[in-house]
Amino acid sequence: MRTFYGTTLANPLMLGTARYPSPKVLEAAFRESGAAVATVSLRREGADGAGQAFWQLIRDLGVLVLPNTAGCHTVKEAVTTAHMAREVFDTPWIKLELIGHTDSLQPDVFQLVEAAKILSDEGFQVFPYTTDDLIVGERLLAAGCEVLMPWGAPIGSGRGLSNPYALRAMRAEFPDTPLVVDAGIGLPSHAAAAMELGYDAVLLNTAVARAGDPVAMACAMREAAEAGARGFAADPIEARDMAEPSTPVIGKAFLA
Amino acid sequence: MSRIRILGAGVAGLAVATELVSRGAEVEVVDPGGGPTAASCSWWAGGMLAPFCEYENAEEAVLRLGQAAKHWWGRVTQVTEAGTLVVAHRRDLADLRQFAHRTERFHSVDADGIRKLEPELFGFDHGLFFESEAHLSPRRALEDLTTKLSSQGVFIETTPARSEPDLTVDCRGFAARDALPDLRGVKGEMLVIRAPDVSIKRPVRLLHPRIPLYIVPRGDGVYMLGATMIESEDRGRITARSMLELLSSAYALNPAFGEAEVLEIGVDLRPAFPDNLPKVRRRGDTIYANGLYRHGFLLAPALAMAVAELALNDKVTELVDADYAER
Repeated sequence: MRTFYGTTLANPLMLGTARYPSPKVLEAAFRESGAAVATVSLRREGADGAGQAFWQLIRDLGVLVLPNTAGCHTVKEAVTTAHMAREVFDTPWIKLELIGHTDSLQPDVFQLVEAAKILSDEGFQVFPYTTDDLIVGERLLAAGCEVLMPWGAPIGSGRGLSNPYALRAMRAEFPDTPLVVDAGIGLPSHAAAAMELGYDAVLLNTAVARAGDPVAMACAMREAAEAGARGFAADPIEARDMAEPSTPVIGKAFLA
Repeated sequence: MSRIRILGAGVAGLAVATELVSRGAEVEVVDPGGGPTAASCSWWAGGMLAPFCEYENAEEAVLRLGQAAKHWWGRVTQVTEAGTLVVAHRRDLADLRQFAHRTERFHSVDADGIRKLEPELFGFDHGLFFESEAHLSPRRALEDLTTKLSSQGVFIETTPARSEPDLTVDCRGFAARDALPDLRGVKGEMLVIRAPDVSIKRPVRLLHPRIPLYIVPRGDGVYMLGATMIESEDRGRITARSMLELLSSAYALNPAFGEAEVLEIGVDLRPAFPDNLPKVRRRGDTIYANGLYRHGFLLAPALAMAVAELALNDKVTELVDADYAER
């Protein structure tokens, strides 16, 4: 699938642009990651073009830009930030993030659904950062979203997929909706695990930006996400409790 | 001997002037402020000479070149060699472990060790002590450089006083963006507070996944709290959020900071190149020395030496952007 609002991505990685040691490292990490999408925050960089120098660096990466509403705590803030993002990056895409809890950065799903409805009605193509709750997922789709981005674990925690069962259930519940695991990825194996569940992409930032060697980690993430995606597409065997010999036992030549 | 005009009397310009004069060059310094002023971002700096801590999130050159700073500054101003203490709250110990893993020349300290170093820090059981690091007072250092230069006959002019020089060294920081299109500004916000009831002797860094803070003692109960890092070129005012975050982090170090007076609020732009390392570039009769980013006092000596080698000996050293003239 890997088609988001009509745009098909060549690569299952979406990479954030915050917290790199320098723009130069950011650029090299993007090149290595092959990421087709760059997420970028606008809230703190401010309006009035004050963040232009940095935003130009993001545009120069030559990948699709998915602006986000990171740091927003209310519907009003998120909607205003989305308007600004549309102007700055000339895109209808918006990653909608509405923080409900300061310490876990857990999304406030009630405000999320409300903001998603407002923005979808205004013609935005909303990528909602949500929990793995199925009912919230349904409400987001009803609000006009055509993508869901459940969390793997809290933002920046690097814990991997806290609840693979819930993510699997979500995949089963929404077989035709593009799904992205967003947040919580720390290791390449986490990215692979998300893709092995049949997800369409993984979105990560801190795991690469704050790695000791962000460029090498970007490469590892690309390989892992690709491996996971290929593994899922190859229709893996079912796990079972007893061994199943790969060579038949009966009729085998008896070797003393 | 050639005559050299230096544009800018921030830490870069003054360090370059000092280095050139010490090597016998004839120098004039031009700055519209007539000296170091609040218009240069080094006025608002922390003044930490902390190459080992900075290496946590910087290129190897910062670690290596920054180690010369303590000695260079010790010849011109008062440098306090009290080390740096890095602490984290219990819930953020992962950040402390990661910091330890990516730095060197420290030893781990427990609650007792922290109490011995800084008895007035509250509620920390784990820390890292970078004993060989140092700090200085930026404004005093800039004044001391100015005084030293004037004793050598170099005064800071508000407009160019003499006929055209043989060489110009442009050290105007972010203001030089007209000539350096790949220079960007990184917004920093800081506070100066007075808390006579709190006694902290050395720079303390409080690690936090979202709001890292450092506090640098300036003496007489005055502390500098810094500093935000925002990819924005708005140098207007501090945001309420930044102020809240800086103050609540200080409050977490010692609740007595809640009673502090806020003396100053500083907002400025750090000039930075895409790799966040300083660069020296020669174009015609002008040398550009810029991009000190968050390492003004740490790397100004290395930058000044690179300018001097290029200007006086035509020698291309590490910080010189050798290909630049051909681009």
